[in-house]
Amino acid sequence: MKFLCLDCDDIMKFAERQLPGDGTLAAVFKCGSCGREMAMLTNPMETQLVSSLGIKIGGREVPAQPMELARTSLEGGRDEAFVLSEDIPLTSGAPAAQGEEASPGEATAGRIVWTSEAAGRLERVPSFVRGMVKRIYTDWARERGVLEITPDIMDRARTELGLEGM
Amino acid sequence: MRKIRTYQDVPHDTGSGLLEQVLDQHHRLAERLALVRSVVAIASGKGGVGKSAITANLAAALAARGLAVGAVDADLNGPSLGRMLGVSGARLADRASGVEPARSPSGVRVMSMEFLQEEEDAPLRWREPSMGRFIWQSTLETGVLREFLGDVEWGELDILLVDVPPGTDKIARLLELVPDLDQMLLVTTPSETSRFVVSKSVRMAREAAVGTVALVSNMAGHTCLECGHVSDLFAGDGAKRLEEESGVPLWAEIPFDPRLGAATDSGTPLVITDPDADSSRAILTLADRVEEHVGIREDGVVEETGS
Repeated sequence: MKFLCLDCDDIMKFAERQLPGDGTLAAVFKCGSCGREMAMLTNPMETQLVSSLGIKIGGREVPAQPMELARTSLEGGRDEAFVLSEDIPLTSGAPAAQGEEASPGEATAGRIVWTSEAAGRLERVPSFVRGMVKRIYTDWARERGVLEITPDIMDRARTELGLEGM
Repeated sequence: MRKIRTYQDVPHDTGSGLLEQVLDQHHRLAERLALVRSVVAIASGKGGVGKSAITANLAAALAARGLAVGAVDADLNGPSLGRMLGVSGARLADRASGVEPARSPSGVRVMSMEFLQEEEDAPLRWREPSMGRFIWQSTLETGVLREFLGDVEWGELDILLVDVPPGTDKIARLLELVPDLDQMLLVTTPSETSRFVVSKSVRMAREAAVGTVALVSNMAGHTCLECGHVSDLFAGDGAKRLEEESGVPLWAEIPFDPRLGAATDSGTPLVITDPDADSSRAILTLADRVEEHVGIREDGVVEETGS
């Protein structure tokens, strides 16, 4: 799908994406020549069609996660379906690898730890998607040199990444 | 009237990133399947012909030979492969690089929707608007099948079997994801109705230039467990007729054996528990043919078409 500014005969480029509610997806496109903006609004079925493709208009803020479409779309996902592997420990302050011990709140260089409050909040995420969600937060923190994940960091990441419902 | 440019005439870089994401999905799937020597679909077009039981037994038979075998249950709405291979309730290791498949007692790596659903009797439902399902449901299910193939850490495999649900549209769905499918086994029965339905799948496989296409006739006679007398379950010889008409070779005729169903119901494929049973022997013959054809396409040998 492309949008063409008829006055300028120029391609309109994606500028912004919003989910204003009611299942609507709003994608704003802007003409590079005259600056005119337009918003494409989809109804819930059209929003779902885009979502069913496993893609996001405007590009992804985070890399696609394994089985992301199944995990985010399936109703009645099994709580025990996934076992978190060692590289994404679930317990607050758990070691990143090799069975080393780390206490909650410890921010050792190169290791990202979760405060007990953040870990508690994560544990409220259904386990069907928890591993995926934890990976997204951890990657976000790692990319920014954040060594300790707190509820505030989770909020910042969620806002920045547009993680609705995570 | 002013002339408006076509889609192709307008530059592709819209900043929406859609094309890039779709290409990335295809790339990830291709990367995963690059480690698989042969992708083999077990399909039919017709329902109730025993595709899943054949897939489970074939997978176990091939794994018993020391081959690295994976099995994807592409039947999202009626998954059964996990149960038949004895891995019901398996939990899947969740890694950034992918989800680790379940490992059956017979050594088969398995992925099935069954592992993801909480309630055994729950029909497959998606958490999206109930209206207009026809618009997006097939797209979503194709996407989930893509994840089963591409987001699972299959590792290096000799053979990846895909158990395809009934309907030629489901075959088309798989071919969309794996256009260079190596083998397609089309399961039929001796019945005329089955021949009629499966002939459509033969044509679809031919048109898609699948590497090797072969027929499997299931429930081809019934052997009395008491006296050994073989009787017909179906009137007609639809499978053989389909072979003659289409030129697609009939690789195996598997007799009906209630022990086959009972064994797969209990998660222990009959080829493992009773390899001398007539139906097991037929499936082992099928395994011979499948194994012989692994890598044929990549070796440049002309594919067998039975003509």
